[in-house]
Amino acid sequence: MSYTANEMMTVAASRPLKNEDVCFVGIGAPSAACNLARAIHAPDITLIYESGTIGTRPDVLPLSIGDGELCDTALTTVSVPEMFRYWLQGGRVTLGFLGGAQIDRFANLNTTVVGPYDKPKVRLPGGGGAPEIASHCGEILIIMALSRRGFVDKLDFITSMGHGEGGDHRQRLGLKTKGPTKVITDMCILEPDPETKELTVVSIHPGVTRDQITEACGWPIRFAAEVVDTPAPTAEELQALRDLQERTRRAHSNAA
Amino acid sequence: MPDWEQIGTGTIRPNSEELPVARFTSLQEAIEDCVRDGDRVAMEGFTHLIPHAAGHEIIRQGRRHLTLYRMTPDLIYDQMIGMGCADKLVFSWGGNPGVGSLRRLRDAVENDWPNPLEIEEHSHAAMANAYDAGAANLPFATFRGYIGADLPKVNPNIREVTCPFTGETFAAVPAIRPDVTVIHALRADREGNVLLEGIVGVQKEAVLAAKKAVVTVEEIVDDLGAASPNAVILPSWTVTAIAEVPGGAHPSYAQGYYKRDNAYYIAWDPIARDRDTFLAWMKENVLDKGPEAFAAYGAKGGR
Repeated sequence: MSYTANEMMTVAASRPLKNEDVCFVGIGAPSAACNLARAIHAPDITLIYESGTIGTRPDVLPLSIGDGELCDTALTTVSVPEMFRYWLQGGRVTLGFLGGAQIDRFANLNTTVVGPYDKPKVRLPGGGGAPEIASHCGEILIIMALSRRGFVDKLDFITSMGHGEGGDHRQRLGLKTKGPTKVITDMCILEPDPETKELTVVSIHPGVTRDQITEACGWPIRFAAEVVDTPAPTAEELQALRDLQERTRRAHSNAA
Repeated sequence: MPDWEQIGTGTIRPNSEELPVARFTSLQEAIEDCVRDGDRVAMEGFTHLIPHAAGHEIIRQGRRHLTLYRMTPDLIYDQMIGMGCADKLVFSWGGNPGVGSLRRLRDAVENDWPNPLEIEEHSHAAMANAYDAGAANLPFATFRGYIGADLPKVNPNIREVTCPFTGETFAAVPAIRPDVTVIHALRADREGNVLLEGIVGVQKEAVLAAKKAVVTVEEIVDDLGAASPNAVILPSWTVTAIAEVPGGAHPSYAQGYYKRDNAYYIAWDPIARDRDTFLAWMKENVLDKGPEAFAAYGAKGGR
């Protein structure tokens, strides 16, 4: 079965998710990956969206973080202050799943501005839940297509901290959570080096070369000593993803 | 100093002989009476129950120099900012959910159109805590926040506080104390008690943090018919004015009444991209219309 790079990315991002995870889900690509995991190998995963919905099981992907579908299929829905105070800050979430506009080699994310803050070249939406998701979830997965615009040598703004300046920076700030443990792209999977915390390529998707990855990254990207091949999406994975997207497309084009 | 006003240890309605109760009125009157030029205005609703009809009424009445509070400015503030209602925006995520940018917000921040817009930017956790602190009559909120993030470098209202017991430091932000909070709710009973269910967001906190509260509702009923005794009920004496505006959240939604109009959110992007297209759309759909235009979306088919 042929597939697109974007499908490979979503499938690869769904694979690390487990039934036991309590996952705080960002909108867009993270939401697709989490619901694909739920359709395939993690039917009991607990998905939490920041609108307050806990244990939600949407049939179609929500366009917004607070579509009615999320509340209708949730175990319970709490207020937004309760969500951020008791559940996120309270340490009940094992995994946070984020996307971003820009990322640096230590997996810090920028979704705030390109250019100076006071006179931005591009004003992006801002942080939303991300600054505290990044510090309070047990660990963080990030999904982002690899490109020079997105993977930059230096961020104009750190919206949410990954590994900061690298090394033990998180511990020095008193954080006990792991921070980003994987960055899943459309070409490869990156993980922080155990010591330096610099993102390194650990798995390459089928048909992608090292040169292509190096070319697409805004910093001189490193490869781990042992790099594996990402298994291609299975027929089951692709079918489940396409069904999910088709249901979503239909649902969002005929608004009630 | 932060520009909120502490109410101190008094009550919000001191020395009142009679318990004040919500007044039923038209949306036009509610906005005329409760929203003034220069006010601090919070219009909340986290994706669900966004008070769009009230936003349109504020635009029609030409309010100016508002300080607008909202976690997710959404289309409602994109429209109000584009029509020149606001001098300042306090927010935590300024996008069109699932679609992209808020074009009018960006034009104001990047190009000062139609007027310069001061921004005070927070995270969701900060805003949620700040409303909670406002409702609890505290001057500030504290939480574990902004660790390793750059916002504290550009927002002087993000500070630190030291725990008197452990010596740990935490983020602190001023409480939000709006002059008026405006929300859309599912229904009110004839005594003016208001019901919200579904994704209830931060509306209870935003109403209790404010001096005045304007509520639009899908319908006024004899019996609220709450699904649970733990549903969010705002008693009549916490609300200033109630206006029945069926469909008043559209293109946001009202649980059990109508769904989020996702196609409309997608269609908004090209409308808002261009100043002239935006102004023409606002004239046709807002300035030349009234709150009754929302009724088309408020059919009770969903119930």
